[in-house]
Amino acid sequence: MNAAMFIQHFLNSLTLGSLYALIAIGYTMVYGILRLINFAHGEIFMLGAYFVFWGLTLVHLPWPVAMVLSILVTAGLGMLVDQIAYRPLRDAPRISALISAIGVSFFLQNVAIVFFQAIPREVYRPEWLENPILMGDVRVLPLTLFVPLLSFFLMMGLVYIVYRTKTGLGMRAISRDLETSYLMGVPVNRVIAITFGIGSALAAASGIMWALRYPQLQPIMGVVPGFKAFIAAVFGGIGSIQGAVIGGLVLGFIEIMTVAFFPELAGYRDAFAFILLILILLVKPTGLLGAKPEDKV
Amino acid sequence: MKTSTKISLNLAVTAALGLFLFWAQGSLDGYKIQILNLIAVNIILALSLNLIYGFTGMFSLGHAGFMAIGAYVCSILIMTPDQKEMLFILDAAYPWIQNAHAPFLVAVVAGGLTAAVAGYLIGVPLLRLGDDYLGIATLGFAEIVRVIANNIPRVTNGALGFKGIPDYANLWWNFGWCLVTFYVIVRIINSNTGNALKAIRDDEIAAKAMGINVFRYKLLSFSIGAFFAGVGGALLASLLTTIDPKMFLFTLTFNVLMIVVTGGLGSITGSIMAGVGITALLEWLRFVENPISLGSFELPGIPGMRMVVFSLALIFIILFRREGIMGMREFTWQGARNLLTGKRRAS
Repeated sequence: MNAAMFIQHFLNSLTLGSLYALIAIGYTMVYGILRLINFAHGEIFMLGAYFVFWGLTLVHLPWPVAMVLSILVTAGLGMLVDQIAYRPLRDAPRISALISAIGVSFFLQNVAIVFFQAIPREVYRPEWLENPILMGDVRVLPLTLFVPLLSFFLMMGLVYIVYRTKTGLGMRAISRDLETSYLMGVPVNRVIAITFGIGSALAAASGIMWALRYPQLQPIMGVVPGFKAFIAAVFGGIGSIQGAVIGGLVLGFIEIMTVAFFPELAGYRDAFAFILLILILLVKPTGLLGAKPEDKV
Repeated sequence: MKTSTKISLNLAVTAALGLFLFWAQGSLDGYKIQILNLIAVNIILALSLNLIYGFTGMFSLGHAGFMAIGAYVCSILIMTPDQKEMLFILDAAYPWIQNAHAPFLVAVVAGGLTAAVAGYLIGVPLLRLGDDYLGIATLGFAEIVRVIANNIPRVTNGALGFKGIPDYANLWWNFGWCLVTFYVIVRIINSNTGNALKAIRDDEIAAKAMGINVFRYKLLSFSIGAFFAGVGGALLASLLTTIDPKMFLFTLTFNVLMIVVTGGLGSITGSIMAGVGITALLEWLRFVENPISLGSFELPGIPGMRMVVFSLALIFIILFRREGIMGMREFTWQGARNLLTGKRRAS
């Protein structure tokens, strides 16, 4: 492998890793606050990509407008899911909410099959993202630079919200102790709704960029990236935003680089993430940056 | 009620089931017999998941993985060497795969045992994890099984899978295994082991404090559950006569979970009722995916609608009737008599 190819693999890893990271943030925020694995998150990702597709093909919106609209609609959808399927179960055993989440995931997936049909759809890509830039021997798609950059800005915005605003303070308080936050006058339900909104918006952004990178939309396209991003979140330490970003990038690098160096393992690519999951759960169940949960009697 | 009365009632029900199957075999058409077969297999799967999740409280999403193992082992054993030679077109099978052959009963037991060993092996590291972590890790296991099945063509014929698996699994085999599963699991639940399992489910730390070897009992329950999941997978393979890795997606686990939750976590009766009800409902719901004709006017079928209805039903059950049909209650002869005679409580 020469340097030029390595740089290309590196950029591809970075792109894939930042897409995983954006989804993983949504998982980790919801888990941090509600201790709920939001199974439907992968479907939110898928719907974000579909909304852009319909915005482009049905209404002929320009790219940036379609993207922003889709992110907003998806954020609203995420809040709606929380409102209908999770909020009534706040006092129920945790597994009930998880089963509800599995139900929502299957529901959204099959609604997409009913309304959008199962045939794969091709997304139109703007030209300025398509034409490769030549840098010596290295052919770089503008897309592979665009995706990590945009992801970086979105993450910066998130860090600002979580650490510099009152809502963010509320989120951090709730993740420590939901009931006490309630007593301290934190508007718990509103903050949780906003958390779902932000997580879904990031998932939508990731879905849209995923559609640019791998331009085929399918109703089941959210399942595998969803699981993998969840694993990235667990790897980084679920509940920690920095951990989710690190986990996403690590997973992206593992997937691309392993296949690049050992092409014969390509068939096992989808298993890497799950093997990583089982290993991390055995060695350090709290993940890289996770806090240790106490077992209360 | 006297024990002897209960035993004779149980025998009477078994005999009635036998008569019903005899009648069904003779006078129902193939499609209806197939539904009955699916009911039996689904009950086996639901009972095994209920043992793991409903009675021991381990949230496992790995059923599809155990089923895949059982299905592949059983299929490899019941297909004749000639058949396998025809089947493995891309890569010839390993000689030991090629020549392995066994009667159906042995093959099903072998499928179950392999699944149980797999359950034991992944149980040792994974069962230390709590609720949702365990769920996601077992889900990971099921996915890994599927990816492996895709990538060892000399054993599993890769993505092509197997076709023309001998269809030994008739009503008698399926309901026979169903009765075995039922009997074994009921005996476990009502034994002292069952009490230990339920104690672990209700409060793991308290169970530990009472001197129960939590890990050992969890592993036992998980392996037995995996065994019957493997048996269910083996029967399903022979029933459908074709398998491939795509069949063992998460959807399969989802269906079993749906049956267990609908019936009531920790209720054998509930799992059986829901197994019958949901299998029938799933078949019946096929009509929404087929074209419907209204006189001269034809509504096109809607693919995917079946699962939309199905998943909505799951969400509704979890939101409005979390305990399922039966909660944790069971059908008992005593209870039935009390209901008939109008007595509230009996000794």
